Amino acid sequence: MLLTITNTNPPATDLGYLLHKNPSRVQTFELSFGKAHVFYPEATADRCTAALLLDVDPVGLVRTRRGPAGEGGMLDQYVNDRPYVASSFMSVAIARIFNSALAGTSKGRPELVNTPLPLSARIAVLPCRGGEAFLRRLFEPLGYQVKAEHHPLDEKFPEWGESSYYTVEIAKQVSLQDLLTHLYVLIPVLDADKHYWVGKDEVEKLLRHGEGWLQAHPEREAIVSRYLRGFRKLTREALARLTEDESLDPDAEQETKEEQEQAIEAPLRLHDVRLDQVAAELKASGAKRILDLGCGEGKLIRELLKDRQFDEILGMDVSYRSLETAAERLHLDTLPPKQKERIKLIQGSLMYRDKRLAGFDAAVVVEVIEHLDEPRLAAFERVLFEFARPQTAVLTTPNAEYNAKFETLPAGQFRHRDHRFEWTREQFQNWATRIGTKFGYSVVFKPVGEEDQRLGAPTQMGVFRL
Amino acid sequence: MKVTIPELSLVLLVGPSGCGKSTFARQHFKPTEVLSSDYCRGLVADNENDQSATKDAFEVLHFIARKRLAAGRLTVIDATNVQPDSRKPLVALAREFHVMPIAIVLDFSEKLCHERNRNRPDRDFGPHVVRNQSQQLRRSLRGLDREGFRGVHVFKTPEELEGLEIERQPMWTNRRNEHGPFDIIGDIHGCFDELQELLANLGYSVEKNDDGYRVKTPEGRKAIFLGDLVDRGPKIPDVLKLVMGMVGSGTALCVPGNHDMKLLQKLRGKDVKIAHGLADSIAQLEAQPPDFKGKVADFIDGLISHYVLDDGKLVVAHAGMKEEMQGRGSGAIRSFALFGETTGETDEFGLPVRYNWAADYRGKASVVYGHTPVSEPQWLNRTVNIDTGCVFGGKLTGLRYPEKEFVSVPAHRTYYEPAKPLVAAQPASDLSQQHEQDDVLDIDDVIGKRIIETRLHGNLTVREENAIAALEAMSRFASNPKWLIYLPPTMSPSETSKQERLLEHPAEAFAYYRKEHVEKVICEQKHMGSRAVVIVCRDQNAAQRRFGITQEEIGVCYTRTGRRFFNDRALEKEFLSRVQMAVSKSGLWDELLTDWVCLDCELMPWSSKAQDLLRQQYAPTGAAARAGLADSIAALHRTSQHVPEASELARRYEERLEMARQYVKAYRQYCWTVRSLADLKLAPFHLLATEGTVHIDKDHVWHITTLARLCSADPELLLATPYKVVDLGDDNSQQEGIAWWEKLTTSGGEGMVVKPLQFVTRNRRGLIQPAVKCRGREYLRIIYGPEYTAPEHLERLRARGLGTKRSLALREFTLGIEALQRFVDRDPLRRVHECVFGVLALESEPVDPRL
Repeated sequence: MLLTITNTNPPATDLGYLLHKNPSRVQTFELSFGKAHVFYPEATADRCTAALLLDVDPVGLVRTRRGPAGEGGMLDQYVNDRPYVASSFMSVAIARIFNSALAGTSKGRPELVNTPLPLSARIAVLPCRGGEAFLRRLFEPLGYQVKAEHHPLDEKFPEWGESSYYTVEIAKQVSLQDLLTHLYVLIPVLDADKHYWVGKDEVEKLLRHGEGWLQAHPEREAIVSRYLRGFRKLTREALARLTEDESLDPDAEQETKEEQEQAIEAPLRLHDVRLDQVAAELKASGAKRILDLGCGEGKLIRELLKDRQFDEILGMDVSYRSLETAAERLHLDTLPPKQKERIKLIQGSLMYRDKRLAGFDAAVVVEVIEHLDEPRLAAFERVLFEFARPQTAVLTTPNAEYNAKFETLPAGQFRHRDHRFEWTREQFQNWATRIGTKFGYSVVFKPVGEEDQRLGAPTQMGVFRL
Repeated sequence: MKVTIPELSLVLLVGPSGCGKSTFARQHFKPTEVLSSDYCRGLVADNENDQSATKDAFEVLHFIARKRLAAGRLTVIDATNVQPDSRKPLVALAREFHVMPIAIVLDFSEKLCHERNRNRPDRDFGPHVVRNQSQQLRRSLRGLDREGFRGVHVFKTPEELEGLEIERQPMWTNRRNEHGPFDIIGDIHGCFDELQELLANLGYSVEKNDDGYRVKTPEGRKAIFLGDLVDRGPKIPDVLKLVMGMVGSGTALCVPGNHDMKLLQKLRGKDVKIAHGLADSIAQLEAQPPDFKGKVADFIDGLISHYVLDDGKLVVAHAGMKEEMQGRGSGAIRSFALFGETTGETDEFGLPVRYNWAADYRGKASVVYGHTPVSEPQWLNRTVNIDTGCVFGGKLTGLRYPEKEFVSVPAHRTYYEPAKPLVAAQPASDLSQQHEQDDVLDIDDVIGKRIIETRLHGNLTVREENAIAALEAMSRFASNPKWLIYLPPTMSPSETSKQERLLEHPAEAFAYYRKEHVEKVICEQKHMGSRAVVIVCRDQNAAQRRFGITQEEIGVCYTRTGRRFFNDRALEKEFLSRVQMAVSKSGLWDELLTDWVCLDCELMPWSSKAQDLLRQQYAPTGAAARAGLADSIAALHRTSQHVPEASELARRYEERLEMARQYVKAYRQYCWTVRSLADLKLAPFHLLATEGTVHIDKDHVWHITTLARLCSADPELLLATPYKVVDLGDDNSQQEGIAWWEKLTTSGGEGMVVKPLQFVTRNRRGLIQPAVKCRGREYLRIIYGPEYTAPEHLERLRARGLGTKRSLALREFTLGIEALQRFVDRDPLRRVHECVFGVLALESEPVDPRL
């Protein structure tokens, strides 16, 4: 929350004229989120430093926050780094308190406004999502010298690792307006959160402040997407509370985990291959009424919808949030009635017997079983094969042997943090054969994705038939 | 004149328009019992005489009738009902719901009806209408019995209705006002010696007299025989004499078995196939005095298919009884009571394959039955088959009710070779039938809006939205539901303190309970770790027998949301066996007559479970605060050298930095690195339940001191909870309590929990909070933020509403205890899970997380 700007161009105290703030006083301003103080730790002819110190009201943050409950992320918490770090609050303060400097006007020293000066800025605590490397990629292309000092999370617990905070100093021969502009845009880009809703006017602001430098910036895309980042999409508050001891936001975690898995498997576009192959199996089985168990955000359903063979598709997922996304992506509310009546989405769980699942021609369970605790597979087996009892069931799961081929995946680790197990081909086939016998299904195994001679395919599929 | 109808019947009033059916209905039945076709016409068409609405009107009428009959309510159909086609669906309805169809016919003269109609302006139809209806009625009269009516009452003139009284007769099966205690005895099949032994073991004394046996029952008890007294065995007449004697003298009830009924047919001279041991009965009865056979036939003939006893909590029948049939009467019910239900197939032994009605049974009543021999009686969904095949060389079993204790006598020998071996009735796996069925729960038992009946606090509602959240948490993260017999409730803090500098203080906790008329409270040190529920069994066998766990586990340790505490299975196993050994060493298995315990605990350090929270929220805030504030102070100091007014700001920032340091110090108290079991501490504070008992009848001193003994058996892992009893009528005692809290919190403790001494406490207004917490000033920094103690912040934080939190705390407490009680009562898992799921659902209710 402390930003200092130093000028070493004599007479250095011209900085006061440029900022329109008197070096011999401590000035205090009221802002919506607290107070800001401007003062000068140094004010000599050789060196003048102006400080902008934000006094963010930690109780006010929580108590006066507007917007739906649970969507404020950290702003819902009293224990919160916001009062202590440079964030979008800092940008707001720059725009409010140094408004003329940011606009490039100066009554006292108009000639200096566009003059590059030997300026440096120091931010006491800057959260850098993406680390020092990203920090440098943001400022160095603009010609700044960057110094960054990393802070540990807690020196008493070195095993907790480093925090995401740096004390950052940047220096360059630059006009004050440009320096402030760069800080105004890039501080929130480095920080993860914005304290206000991102609306259309933010786009305008970004374009205005980015004029002349943003377009040519090599990290342009990252800057834009991060600057405009809104609050996370509708998070079901209840779930977050349920798991509050274990994790801050399981959905956010889930998102990054999905990213992880896709990043690992990405070169293969494996997910698409998998869905194509599953759809082909269903087509070949002649099934008309399909169950998509663990349908997630409805990608397979979208594929199946294209084929008139499938009269009825029931998508089930345990995550209500995924179902909401699926409904959105499938445009359920605007679909023509004839299309819409083919799809139904329900919340349900593979851990519970469910009469809504009975009587279907085929069920697909794509990349789901590895998310179940192994001891609880017994319940799943009965739910699917004994009670739902479709004519055909198509199951896919990762082939653990193939993990050796993923360069970015450390040995012994699963592809996804939520995977409870990953099976070799032998393990999967033993399991599937045993289940087939127990419930009266025949099983055929098929590889999914490009097969390695020794390790097999990245995904394995079992097609069960009654 | 008096007309008697069964208390549960479908009464059709039959008669032409104008005969006075509605008036009759009004005089003899409650308005809500009468469904009038005219009224239904009005409902759907705004006009009671709009004949075009007749079809819709009858659909409505039938719909309501179905609902009423399903709920077991007498229903009267006020419609002309003169045509067979209109009566037929109603008779079918009565059959479907196993109630008696009764016809009350008002066969009055056409003239009378016509006159009455003429006086009613809304009935402007001609005389031919009534004429037709009368003719139809006359044609129907003789065939009503054949149509299936079980009572036809015809009145020819209005005068016959004068002084008429309709008496409702209780169903024959209704013995709700008999509360036992009972001794229920399974299929005897002439095994008199074993019967005598069993009765003796149950405390009955049997004496032979001239024409039979005189049986003295133990104080207040009554025997119930489940039928199949006859066939196959050696002493059929003796069994009959004994049972007939007891039933005759009112010391026993008896329901008929299929063998008894077959014998009856034979005795009544019907031509029946002599098989399945009927020959033995015939031969043995031949040797009896000539009138004996007649007595036997009358006895069997008088037996009632099944009984509903003890306020509907107990049902007995020979072959079982489905919920929707209990207490009703129909041919189908009689047949079910005798034979159960078969699928139509036969098995490899040529015996009919039975539909396992018990597997789908959801009723509240316990059903005790026999008919199909099993090697051991086993409860399944509150039903139990106690036919243990005595005549086949098994044993004769009695069930003591309400004790639910089995008493058996082995057969002296095999009197009759069974068609299939008795062991075949055993399930293939090692699990009991109930545990096997409990492997899969049904989603209908958890989703949607649910109302859960509890012992402590009446009916509790779980909202649909909350169930949605809970379903995901339960499915994705929770451990095996068979282990989840309890989830801990949330806890409210005390009211906000009025003292300066403080948000919470014991004075408010004491004041709260004083106001609720509690005399003594216990203060327990609040350990700052993570809530953990620990279940350990004496051995793996016990885990399998009692919890139905087949994985090699002796217990479980899970979080307040049902998630397994340890990801590392080896560590979990080591942890659980240490707790198990401590229970053994402390002698609690024998002392509590149990082979499992369920403990409510706090597991430390907090950092072991809250790693993510620490790394993503607590430590970063501390790191940022210390770095940022220190930098700001340095800048302010430099400024104050030439701008004196900056020193005031510098001083304020120094205070802030000090608070940030206190905050870091506060959370560090609860963190240490866990490398092995040696770094963990478990502090149990409730000994929740053991076999047969939920220990809510003991006070908290019992819990804490009993657990202290457990802790002393392994002080390295287990931590006894320090406590202090405070007398709310004594100022000094309260001061001591406050001083103790101050001592705890100034040395870094989280604070304390204040509970009424009794585990469950009520006053006039109902159940009161089972506990409130009172947290220390420093601890609260990690809840309300590092700088919450600054006066300008503290003042704003004082406003906090406890209402929702307290209501949730009570409801969750109630559900948690209910779950344990149901588990201890050996209810099917779905009934336990319903409550546990409810706690999880309530936990998703939005409430200020700082409370």
